[in-house]
Amino acid sequence: MLPFQLVRRAVPSRAMQWLTPVLAAALTLVVGLAIFAALGQDPVRAFRVYFVDPISDANGVSELLLKASPLCLIALGLAIGFRANVWNIGAEGQMYLGGVFATGIAIHFQEHWGAWTLPSMILAGAIGGMLWASITAFLRAQLNANEILVSLMLTYVADLLVKYLVFGPWRDPNGNNFPITVQFADDALFPLFASWWEWFEGTRLNASLFITLVAIPLAWVFVKRTFLGFKLAVAGLAPAAARYAGYSEKRAIWVVLLIGGACAGLAGVSEVAGPLGQLNDRWTPGYGFTAIIVAALGRLSPLGIPLAALLMALLYIGGESAQISLQLPRAIALVFQGLLLMFLLGCEVLVNFRLHRRGAALA
Amino acid sequence: MSTGALLRLRGISKTYPTVKALDGVDLAIDPGEIHAVLGENGAGKSTLMKIIYGAVQPDAGEIEWQGAPANVTSPAEARARGIGMVFQHFALFESVTVVENVALALADRMPLKQLAQRVGEVSARYGLPVKPWQYVHDLSVGERQRVEIVRCLLQSPKLLIMDEPTSVLTPQAVDQLFETLRALAAEGTAIIYVSHKLDEIRRLCDRATILRGGKYITEVDPKQTSEGSLAELMIGRTFPHTQRRAHHSGPVALELVELSASGEGPFGTPLRGLNLRLHAGEVLGVAGISGNGQAEFLAALSGESPVADARAVALAGEPIGQLDPGERRQRGLAFVPEERLGRGAVPSMSLAQNALLTGYGQGMVRHGLVDATAATGFAAACIKEYDVRCGGPAAPAQSLSGGNLQKFIVGREIGQRPKVVVLAQPTWGVDVAASALIRQRVIDLAVQGVATLVVSEDLGEILEICDRVVVMAGGRLSPVRDVSATSAEEIGRWMAGGFPADADATPH
Repeated sequence: MLPFQLVRRAVPSRAMQWLTPVLAAALTLVVGLAIFAALGQDPVRAFRVYFVDPISDANGVSELLLKASPLCLIALGLAIGFRANVWNIGAEGQMYLGGVFATGIAIHFQEHWGAWTLPSMILAGAIGGMLWASITAFLRAQLNANEILVSLMLTYVADLLVKYLVFGPWRDPNGNNFPITVQFADDALFPLFASWWEWFEGTRLNASLFITLVAIPLAWVFVKRTFLGFKLAVAGLAPAAARYAGYSEKRAIWVVLLIGGACAGLAGVSEVAGPLGQLNDRWTPGYGFTAIIVAALGRLSPLGIPLAALLMALLYIGGESAQISLQLPRAIALVFQGLLLMFLLGCEVLVNFRLHRRGAALA
Repeated sequence: MSTGALLRLRGISKTYPTVKALDGVDLAIDPGEIHAVLGENGAGKSTLMKIIYGAVQPDAGEIEWQGAPANVTSPAEARARGIGMVFQHFALFESVTVVENVALALADRMPLKQLAQRVGEVSARYGLPVKPWQYVHDLSVGERQRVEIVRCLLQSPKLLIMDEPTSVLTPQAVDQLFETLRALAAEGTAIIYVSHKLDEIRRLCDRATILRGGKYITEVDPKQTSEGSLAELMIGRTFPHTQRRAHHSGPVALELVELSASGEGPFGTPLRGLNLRLHAGEVLGVAGISGNGQAEFLAALSGESPVADARAVALAGEPIGQLDPGERRQRGLAFVPEERLGRGAVPSMSLAQNALLTGYGQGMVRHGLVDATAATGFAAACIKEYDVRCGGPAAPAQSLSGGNLQKFIVGREIGQRPKVVVLAQPTWGVDVAASALIRQRVIDLAVQGVATLVVSEDLGEILEICDRVVVMAGGRLSPVRDVSATSAEEIGRWMAGGFPADADATPH
């Protein structure tokens, strides 16, 4: 038996609850630098390469926002579900479906719809994500299946669906047999920031960022001010109280999964109609899964999540930069993500519990 | 205090992070005496018992067992010394037999057949009828308690602790238990009897130690002390009384017609054809021991488990059997659940948010947005009107004591001006002063013409506040009686299931 045990604190410190993510980020940084040192790198230089260089120019800032935006959008949607105790971890698949629906419109209708193409794609993407999430909602609400398993497994179905489309019916006939669709026309792409802001000249940052910028205050109002948001919070904190008050559990499951699916679907659109400009068979660096960490790191708060998304995006980009400049393995970015999650959960436990030496008197 | 004490505690103190549970408490138990430990909820009775039983370690103080200093660090050690405890909430495995449950608690192994024989011997000797090979889930609450006592007696304890043993027993079962306890005491076993029921203590106990707010108050001879003075010692001021009033009942407000429902969970009790009429302006009590269909009955009334036949539950003539709790609330049905934290209130949310929980129909939501000012105002009004001791509308529900939270919940439900109020165990675990306030408000409701249904295990409470009473046993309802035309004995018999079958339960 371990010489220590965890004892629940009577009243967890509120200040520490808010400091947890900061503390976790700081610990990640310290351990990360120690790992760099162990790999034979100068920690100071590694720190600069990892965290400073990537965002020291317009291109870096653009890439950071380009990654943070979908992470933030998906995490905002997921957090609403997590608050209600509905664990949708299939945002990745919902995002694929958003991309698929948007692509369908882009490659079939762009010639006829002109300026209406992009708005239709945005709408279709949201619907695609919602449809995919609604399978999970139906199975959980109507058949009481576990939403964690169902949503996760549906992600792999979605992945195969994307592969089928790009290897089969949607493959670009002039694409040398690569599993990619045709390049979208301009009407089917988000306008670049560079087109009206000179500083971003040559970067990939595009107008899809505005979807996220609108979603942040909307999510805040939903969570903090609406009665529906309150009902969902009750469902998460005290399910028996929600039943007693007459808040329908089924409705809650449907609402949060549809919101989560819509956000993920929109993130999918912003990828295919943004930096990619087409659909291919391996287009996501796992945003749907990383967003789960972002939601947790942001304390499920609509104000914390944007900051968490920026941090997580920085870890991604820093990882790439470290690969190039320091010849470090690709896995280094995943190591950082893992460290961050581990420290976050560890700090969370220690905020709510304290270590107590076995045998000593319980104060 | 006599010199040959079996157990002697001196200056016992125990502090939990947020509360000082015990503060310098003394207690002396002689062999063969029945010693009451009397106090309100939160007086420190349970903590003191857990210290004697070794489940909790004191911060300060001395414990002497048979004249020698003793440091009991675990329940196993306490049992080895001869201290047995019967808990208020039984620790039995429902899916195995009585004898298997007994075997699980014994230190030394013994073949089940031999053990069953010993169980039979002990149960015959002390008048505790128990069938060793019966499954625990088939037993009534009284039978389960007997299993717990037999399990303790098999270890021939010198000291037996009974924690609130009668809270779930019928009056007849209480008499039976008292005979057993007196027989045990006559053989020299000391008994600590923890309770807040004054009449029982006066009937049974030789001495009574009174605790209040974690402090030792005094030791008295309960047989020589009136109930009134015991109560004053216990709560520290004059005992509050409820004011009764004449009973004038109006039209039928809530009607049940052949209400049936399946049991909840594997050991639930199905409801079998319940008929009942609740009139405006009356308080109707549903007596009976929990587990006899009360949970299913309450869920069918509140709407948490809607029933298949819409007409089985009618509110002012309108069938509501298939409606959910929110829709029933809109039609004027308010509900105070038995479980306060986690069901009646969200523990981590503020009182204002908990006002919104069910009071959202009182102008707290506009265009889908929460009007926080309205919710806070409603909560503040509840706090003021029901004397809820708390840090204001922003205080989280979990920071309130059980009694204060219950006052808040009752205030929130009544504050919505319902036509029918259903209260489940309204004063269970609530201190005397808060109980009196809640009971008075229930009686006041009837004066205002509201129909009130009180489901309670506490027969004294039902006889105090209700106009009419009905008993629920085995998923059925007994005939309805005017409280003035019945007695505790008759109700007790009915609680054990002995009421005329298929009687017309709606004489009005």
